[in-house]
Amino acid sequence: MKPPPFYYAAPATVSEALSLLSEHRESEPRVLAGGQSLVPLMNFRLAHPTHVIDLNKVTELSFLRSDDGRLTIGAMTRQAVLERSAEVRLGAPLLAEAAGMIAHEPIRHRGTVGGSIAHADPAAELPAVALAMDAELVAASGRGERVIPATEFFLGPFTTALEPDEVLTEVRLPAAPGTGYAFVEFSRTHGNFALVGVAALLELDGDRIGRAALALCGAGPCALRVTEAERLLAGASPDGDAIGEAAEVAAAGLTPSSDAHASGEFKLRLTRIYVQRALETALARAQDRR
Amino acid sequence: MPETPMSPTPMSQRHRITVTVNGQSHEREVESRRLLVDFLRDDLHLKGAHIGCEHGVCGTCTVLCNGESIRSCITFAVQADGAEITTVEALASGAVLHPLQEAFWEKQGLQCGFCTPGMLLRAYEMLQRDPDPDAATVREGIASNLCRCTGYQFIVDAVLDGAERMRAGASAAAASGSAETVDS
Ligand SMILES: Cc1cc2nc3c(=O)[nH]c(=O)nc-3n(C[C@H](O)[C@H](O)[C@H](O)COP(=O)(O)OP(=O)(O)OC[C@H]3O[C@@H](n4cnc5c(N)ncnc54)[C@H](O)[C@@H]3O)c2cc1C
Ligand code: FES
Ligand code: FES
Repeated sequence: MKPPPFYYAAPATVSEALSLLSEHRESEPRVLAGGQSLVPLMNFRLAHPTHVIDLNKVTELSFLRSDDGRLTIGAMTRQAVLERSAEVRLGAPLLAEAAGMIAHEPIRHRGTVGGSIAHADPAAELPAVALAMDAELVAASGRGERVIPATEFFLGPFTTALEPDEVLTEVRLPAAPGTGYAFVEFSRTHGNFALVGVAALLELDGDRIGRAALALCGAGPCALRVTEAERLLAGASPDGDAIGEAAEVAAAGLTPSSDAHASGEFKLRLTRIYVQRALETALARAQDRR
Repeated sequence: MPETPMSPTPMSQRHRITVTVNGQSHEREVESRRLLVDFLRDDLHLKGAHIGCEHGVCGTCTVLCNGESIRSCITFAVQADGAEITTVEALASGAVLHPLQEAFWEKQGLQCGFCTPGMLLRAYEMLQRDPDPDAATVREGIASNLCRCTGYQFIVDAVLDGAERMRAGASAAAASGSAETVDS
């Protein structure tokens, strides 16, 4: 199908975009980024915004900056840039690994970092990465700018802490030198949305596990952090069965929904197995990196 | 930036765009909701890009936008203002097929042909970056595009054969000192 008619504007700056959003707030304007989720929804007429504000000409939102290992990524940075960037591979290898699993390259050529995070598909990779990395998400509106911790950003399926007049402008990732990382996922076919995905970060402290961060996608109503499993890992010996126990704890209490692709029970089983794999890989990489 | 910001009805808001398609510049007026694939097929009468799923899944609408493959069914024409678009029509010159097309012909890299324009452009893009890929790389690369007929094996064979032809063409051109490249 084709979308119904809509007003379209392509501002060149963030401030122009923000004034358009506030000027037309009665009409509930929609921001257009890569369009790789929004336009399919519009073609299906599941979304029918009457006002579309296209951010593709806002060049100031398309950047990658790294200072002291701390990465800042503009919201309009294409997903394809992540996997090709040496800065990302070095500063946020978890993000580089996850980016390669988003859809296929032609989608990643247009799909953006900010779009994926703002869209908040429960099965999307980047929200889980943002959570595991303790990302800070910067939102701008006519009222100013605020910084939202990733842990307070994802509220439910396709629901975030962003207000209707806010634009996500950048994603800030803290430096994590020497940390082992892994993003693993199970999907039915190559390049499809994952049934379950796991982002893991693991630091060693002497011969013990120091800090661990673990986030899931596909296993709940939105991406989520599994802090109980993280606590269990902190201080544990990597040689024992801490990882196996953490995988059990991570899955306990989750009730993933059944859908056309898999039963909730199967997703739970996947969660256990993939948490285990993610932690094992992250541990091996942490040991390698010393 | 469109000239008619928020006119009385969204229908009446039209945008004058200039798009370079296969090296030729086109100026047209489009509605906001005009999809790039419909612009190419219906306004420019370039029927190469096909329409399959219309939601980004199948890849038969693939075109190159400033050299990168995109789905033209989930991009609006107004967003292509100022861009360079390449469609499958750019590959052959007149009746002479591009080496990649010859390879598809000879290796039977198609049956019904519905996926072929997208497959060709995706393969072409891949070979620009990596002129000598192995079968696994080709398989991974074309995984973005669906084919309901061939089972993909013949397409992988065709892309590998096409790569060889393109490399041979490139080195022959270099040997003869010609500035002409095979992909022109
Ligand atoms: C075939 C196919 C397969 C896919 N597979 C995957 C996959 O495996 N994993 C995955 O994660 N994704 C997948 N995607 C989705 C893809 O990653 C999208 O690019 C992403 O979900 C949305 O990003 P976008 O830039 O395209 O945003 P858009 O589609 O333009 O926007 C999505 C939503 O976010 C809002 N938005 C966008 N940017 C901002 C901003 N800066 N501030 C505020 N709001 C904003 C929009 O208003 C809209 O509501 C797939 C898409 C397709 C078509
Ligand atoms: S028609 Fe565009 S991806 Fe299927
Ligand atoms: S040849 Fe028929 S879809 Fe590929």
